[in-house]
Amino acid sequence: MSSLLEVSGVSVTFDGFRAINNLSFSIGPAELRAIIGPNGAGKTTFMDIVTGKTRPDTGRVLWGEKSISLLSLSEAQIARAGVGRKFQRPTVFEDQSVADNLMMALKAQRGPLSVLFWTPKPADHARVAALAAEVGLADALARKSGELSHGQKQWLEIGMLLAQEPQLLLVDEPAAGMTLAEREHTTRLLVDLAKTRAVVVVEHDMEFVRRLNCKVTVLHEGAVLAEGSLDHVTRNPQVIDVYLGRSER
Amino acid sequence: MTRSFLARNPSVLWFVLILSLFTLGVTLLSEAYGVALVSTSFVKTLGMTLCLCLVALAMDLIWGYAGILSLGHMAFFALGGYMIGMWLMYARTEDIVIAALANEPLPATAQEIRNGIAAQIFGVVGGSDLPAVWMFAHSLPIQLALVVLVPGVLALVFGWLAFRSRVTGVYLSILTQAMTLALALYLFQNDSGLRGNNGLSGLQNIPGLDAVGQDRLSVWFFWASALALGLGYVTLAWVVSGKFGSVIRAIRDDEARVRFLGYSVEGYKLFVFTLTAVIAAIAGALYYPQAGIINPAELAPIASIYLAVWVAIGGRGRLYGAVIGAAFVSLLSSWFTGGRAPQIDLGFYTINWVDWWLVLLGVAFVAVTLFAPKGIGGLFDLVQGLRRPDRKGAALGPDDSSLQEKEARE
Repeated sequence: MSSLLEVSGVSVTFDGFRAINNLSFSIGPAELRAIIGPNGAGKTTFMDIVTGKTRPDTGRVLWGEKSISLLSLSEAQIARAGVGRKFQRPTVFEDQSVADNLMMALKAQRGPLSVLFWTPKPADHARVAALAAEVGLADALARKSGELSHGQKQWLEIGMLLAQEPQLLLVDEPAAGMTLAEREHTTRLLVDLAKTRAVVVVEHDMEFVRRLNCKVTVLHEGAVLAEGSLDHVTRNPQVIDVYLGRSER
Repeated sequence: MTRSFLARNPSVLWFVLILSLFTLGVTLLSEAYGVALVSTSFVKTLGMTLCLCLVALAMDLIWGYAGILSLGHMAFFALGGYMIGMWLMYARTEDIVIAALANEPLPATAQEIRNGIAAQIFGVVGGSDLPAVWMFAHSLPIQLALVVLVPGVLALVFGWLAFRSRVTGVYLSILTQAMTLALALYLFQNDSGLRGNNGLSGLQNIPGLDAVGQDRLSVWFFWASALALGLGYVTLAWVVSGKFGSVIRAIRDDEARVRFLGYSVEGYKLFVFTLTAVIAAIAGALYYPQAGIINPAELAPIASIYLAVWVAIGGRGRLYGAVIGAAFVSLLSSWFTGGRAPQIDLGFYTINWVDWWLVLLGVAFVAVTLFAPKGIGGLFDLVQGLRRPDRKGAALGPDDSSLQEKEARE
């Protein structure tokens, strides 16, 4: 299976601190992958590199069938290429309505002029309504997103991510601050999504990862420590050492 | 969901209605077309105020909506004025020179006329050659195009350099202010080709319209200014009402997030910066023929700071707020500084408003910023009962990383 994203030999140093150390990672076009690791393992930095926020010192990041290098693209170009990212904190535009937030994220031309002359067609309104229904915000379309609860903001952000129709989804701690029922909903959604696209979930919560039932990559000190099923990696003595020996959580 | 543009923006209809009534009222009270209750000079003041309202609209788009505090938009305003002023001055001087040379025994050659114009215009700064920047001054269409092109290209180049390096916030404000100051200092030089600190004068005399008289001309310019303001308002209301408005407000609130949605933040900022610079320039090109004179002091950084104060007092992020702020503060300012405000005798000290007006304005600015961030425009929310629910309380999320509710902080 050819891979959608291939990261090889990537290293990043912040003021002498090696955040990512010769990291290699690849994911196929329709795959669910969980990334776990203790604090400071480089999970967020890894996402920053893929989305163009941080430039690595060495290494390659190749994308898609044509193997385009993501390193020469800006954040916006990478997002347009099909990489969507959900942050740990829900970041929605609080001053604007739920519908406006979704409409902005909807897959469409992104240039200033085409956006200026863009008008929503009935199909776009229908798509926004469908997305809102999917994330349980159908009744809140006209509300300002700043009025939503924390969990609802999480859902709105997931909805915005879906609206972008990315080929690769990077999701940072999706279950943080969600109720048990919401977690189950999130799990179902992520597993569903991974049938048609690549999904990378960064998560602390082992229980949640177990429910995802997918291949797991363990990061430690900026490099891949182990890879495989959750049961496989949790039997790995090095992983046990990192997680239990130094009692991270 | 798919309501019409006017239904979604009721302020547009109200604005156009009020502006039309105001224009009609002033016309009927003017010396030229009505009962002569409003003097010609006051018609000019009102026309100029409308131009200031237009540039305040531009400022509101870039500051109130896109979140870029530009301290350079009055420079674009003045540049627009300079561009139209060059034609006005050239064409008028040409008429004078031709009239003077008409008594000569031989008909004047084109070169003689050109030399005569150069000597007339530049005698005051000790020059007699027409500088290269006056190359197109004989042509009204070209100078009208330059009104838009010169500030537009300057904004495009400056904005491209600034936004590409991701300069934001107060640093960008400083950068735009530096640009304004540099431009003003350059124009103050006698050899800048625009008559140094003398500036361009006699702009109120429109070539070819000598027979019309200032009383009627002032009303014509008032109409033109009102038309420009009306068109500007409708255009900008349309710009901010759609997805484009959503995107620039999103850039104001969290530009990193907008990048991850796939929008090129720099491209949008550059677009808005250039668009507003062009609007400012058009406003300036209508303002200075009414003012009659333009000199480099007009684009001193303080002018752009005033612009920001008007928009802040009127209410950022709503178009009518900017118009109200500009009209209210600039008219009040001319009342106070014109010596018409009554002095206040405190016994031990007499408050002379010509001296104290700036202090009053400064205090008002600080007070508005601290206590009424929505400005005068916020009063409309009170009337409509549009107040956000006051939720109080601390962070509403389950962990420290979650955002506080915005209302909780207000």
